Amino acid sequence: MSYDVERIRKDFPILERQIRGMPLAYLDNAASTQKPLPVIEAISKYYTSTHANIHRGVHTLSEEATALYEGARVKLGRLLNAAAAEEIVFLRGTTEAINLVSQAWVRPRVGPDDEILISHLEHHSNIVPWQFVCEQTGARLVVAPIDDRGEIILEEYERLLSPRTRFAALSHVSNALGTINPVAELIRLAHERGVPVLLDGAQAIPHLRVDVRALGCDFYAFSGHKMYGPTGIGTLWGRTERLEEMDPYQGGGEMIRSVSFEKTVFDDVPHKFEAGTPDICGAIALGVAVDYLQDLDLEAVGQHEQELLRRATEQVSELSGTRIIGTAAEKAGVLSFVLDCAHPHDVGTILDGAGVAVRTGHHCAQPVMDRFGIPATTRASFAAYNTEEEIDRLVAGLRQVLEIFG
Amino acid sequence: MSSDLRQLYQEVILDHSKRPRNFGQPEGSCFRAEGHNPLCGDQVTVYVRVEDGAITEVRFEGRGCAISTASASLMTETLKSKTPQEARELFELFRESVTSDPSSELDGEQLGKLAVLGGVREYPMRVKCASLAWHTMRAALDGSEEPVTTE
Repeated sequence: MSYDVERIRKDFPILERQIRGMPLAYLDNAASTQKPLPVIEAISKYYTSTHANIHRGVHTLSEEATALYEGARVKLGRLLNAAAAEEIVFLRGTTEAINLVSQAWVRPRVGPDDEILISHLEHHSNIVPWQFVCEQTGARLVVAPIDDRGEIILEEYERLLSPRTRFAALSHVSNALGTINPVAELIRLAHERGVPVLLDGAQAIPHLRVDVRALGCDFYAFSGHKMYGPTGIGTLWGRTERLEEMDPYQGGGEMIRSVSFEKTVFDDVPHKFEAGTPDICGAIALGVAVDYLQDLDLEAVGQHEQELLRRATEQVSELSGTRIIGTAAEKAGVLSFVLDCAHPHDVGTILDGAGVAVRTGHHCAQPVMDRFGIPATTRASFAAYNTEEEIDRLVAGLRQVLEIFG
Repeated sequence: MSSDLRQLYQEVILDHSKRPRNFGQPEGSCFRAEGHNPLCGDQVTVYVRVEDGAITEVRFEGRGCAISTASASLMTETLKSKTPQEARELFELFRESVTSDPSSELDGEQLGKLAVLGGVREYPMRVKCASLAWHTMRAALDGSEEPVTTE
């Protein structure tokens, strides 16, 4: 069966909106995707009929809410092919997940002159938490370089994995450039030297089939809102033994087995990392987003997005004075570019006037911008519901930019 | 193109963004401050020379979008021969103007050629672009106890 993008679009009511008198062409999916009706309805239904606090009450609502919340954990576990649902920790998003691992697993295990390896491609959320750990412990942050296409240089990565390397953190897919990193290979190199690896999967999970056991990583972090789910909820997957090694970093209710003033016994994983009442509704709706994504068929979505990327890359390259930033052989549906004649902010405003929503700026990846000697790019990023016609409207908008500024 | 966009990117703005006036570091000593918009990575350095209580020269350099470059360029022309106090007052007036309700009338008489930036009112995200150089100018004047040598 061919890919029916029009049917998918009907699931996303926001796509009906008019922006400045033009139909919306939403091409800012790497920042956040829109939400399909099943997710929106799940949120409404939960608060309309089921809400109560979880894990404690013996009353019906609490039991139902608990079952839905834990059911969502099972769905997330299956999505990643986790060995057990208990390997899924619900957190606010990728940022909180990386902060948890950096403070609770890595910080107690590194000291002066130890090294933490990241790459030049990282989002600020996979840089700043490691800088905190380095300041707190005296460890050094080591950055694996990228080449002019925006690919991690494998030999350099291997060379920088030194006897002092204690941990490696790496994006699965670059948010600024779209590069799909050869993570299986990079994990293998790290593991050969006994270095555990965290993957930032925020940009990968809506586009690629992720199998954490096949990848062999130690931690995998991602956000719900970039995969058609709500904001404010995300997931850390950790291999059971890694999660068990890790102490909780927030104390409170929900995460304990017993508390006295003399001694508190923590609950088992994953609950010991979920202090306080969690975003119950968010987790349940994220589970529904997982169902939605799986019903769409990730392979088909990935192929569709590749087709959009190919079309956009071809057409944008043909415009005079454009430079595509990020030309890796393996890319997700992200097209970052600069125009000689116009600043990305002006490009973004003119495209908005045409109803085309793109991201302009440094995409929380200033080191990537510095690497290419630019302050910012214009970034179009694609999702399951985007169409070829929207790509053509992007390009028509860019022609208008060239007319004004060229 | 919509009328809002035509208003935003009118000829004067495009002209000043493509051919900014008073661009580049001045010779001699003057007040100086750097402005940075972390949202878009835009950077501007503004130089203000004050002689006998009046601004005799304003220059700028940096990189930015058309709106921030044009605004900086127009500012350098507008402030010449004003007192530092008048420059501060004009900044306040300018800031109020670009954040005012788009349907309200702009004070064209007081704003002079700065009124061409009124189109920014339809684009709240771009107000920072239009005001970056002005904030930087004021910072330069505020640091006036310790003029920075630019040689």
